[in-house]
Amino acid sequence: MASSVLFDAPGPRTQARHRLYAIISTIILAAVAAVILWRFWVAGQFDPDLWEPFVTPRIVNALLWGLSQTLLMAVVAVLGAVILGFALGIAKLSDHVPIRWPAWLVVEFFRAVPLFMLILGTWFLLGAQPGWMGYWAVVIGLWLYNGSVIAEITRAGIGALPKGQSEAAYALGMRKSTVMQVILLPQAVKIMLPAIISQSIVALKDTSLGYAVLAPGLTFIGKQVFTEFRNVIPTALVLAATYIVLNLLLTWLATWAQKRYAGERKVDMTVVAAGLAPVGDDSGAGDAA
Amino acid sequence: MQVLIDNAGLLLDAFGMTLKLLVVAGLLSLVWGTVLAAMRVGPVRVLNVAGTFYVTVFRNTPLLVILLLTFFGLPKLGITWGYFWPNIIALTLYTSSFVCEALRSGVNSIPLGQAEASRSLGMTFGQSMREVILPQAFRAVVPPVASVLIALTKNTSLVAIFGLPDLTARMKDLLTDHATELFWIFFGIALAYVLIVEVISAIATLIERRWRVA
Repeated sequence: MASSVLFDAPGPRTQARHRLYAIISTIILAAVAAVILWRFWVAGQFDPDLWEPFVTPRIVNALLWGLSQTLLMAVVAVLGAVILGFALGIAKLSDHVPIRWPAWLVVEFFRAVPLFMLILGTWFLLGAQPGWMGYWAVVIGLWLYNGSVIAEITRAGIGALPKGQSEAAYALGMRKSTVMQVILLPQAVKIMLPAIISQSIVALKDTSLGYAVLAPGLTFIGKQVFTEFRNVIPTALVLAATYIVLNLLLTWLATWAQKRYAGERKVDMTVVAAGLAPVGDDSGAGDAA
Repeated sequence: MQVLIDNAGLLLDAFGMTLKLLVVAGLLSLVWGTVLAAMRVGPVRVLNVAGTFYVTVFRNTPLLVILLLTFFGLPKLGITWGYFWPNIIALTLYTSSFVCEALRSGVNSIPLGQAEASRSLGMTFGQSMREVILPQAFRAVVPPVASVLIALTKNTSLVAIFGLPDLTARMKDLLTDHATELFWIFFGIALAYVLIVEVISAIATLIERRWRVA
């Protein structure tokens, strides 16, 4: 909503008041920034020794290796989650109760359980050792959690298609599986693509949980760096910056995909993530089994 | 099964800790997130930029990294607040950016015609806000805010890494001691989270239904 509709164009007095607000808030923001920087200074956080590791080839290479592991983990996690999500999402739309009902239960359960708990549980199931066990614990946790979120995205994506599409396909004599494979999924994927990319941002951030199960990755290497150099603040800031850059790239990709493939049609992530009925929805598309 | 009954007292305390984290961090996030949303939509350019910057930074940083900063970083700056508050601060910093976006998207979902109509009826800014826009906006923000609170419930599990005895931390302890009972322990504790999530979900549905026009 353009706020300009709600009030008239500001006159000279209002403009002066807004200028005053701007000056006051600039002073407050500058003061907050100054206090933070001052505290960093007093605590010696600008000491070059603390920042030097990030221009030392040995450490930079280790961090880059961690980054490659994290990216690999995210790719494996998202691909697996998409496959699982499609399967569960289509199962939830099945006409057969014995297929629909278990799929619904699995999706509801893994969406409500904290991802970190899933990862810990899987880790202990595998044997609770660092290395590959931690790695697969994170990947399997991400599969289960993101798979059930993508299942909801799939259902919403297929639900967003006009009913005439499947009716026409049935009228042409196609079977249920053909209608899904040839008519519905290819169209739904376009609508789902932006939502799936947004979900991979969540998945990428969640790979940071490898820290707690000693899985190779960015945060795990970061832990070794700040244990060795006792520079937790610089390390955390470098990690944060890395994640922010990667996520902004993905956000940009999602926006592009939305414009290119989905247009106005959009999967409502609120509904997908929380399992709540969409506002004013009576189409039955959001019917929770 | 037996292991859950034997540790019932411990688990109940842990459930209390998870609830306490959810309530404290949830309230603080709602307040701070509302302030951020006001900053982003208000007429002051500097605050718009500051709000956008905040949301971009905190939404795209993993919660774990924010926890590293508050839990290990604050003591380095000479701020020692024990175990509870650094966890709460991290959860609040992270969640408030999502609250801000939820509020903004809710208000933006009100059709422009509503504002135009109230203005053309001669209502003042205050009147159209009070009588037309906000009542509808409150209703529209219920699902996104509930979704943020559900995410917060699940995110509280990360405090287990940073020394707080919540449900997930207890699960880890129990799994270490009773490896053979893994499924009982996992599903028993998972059920506690499912319960909280379902309650938030039910409250949101109830509020939405009550406030629905027609």
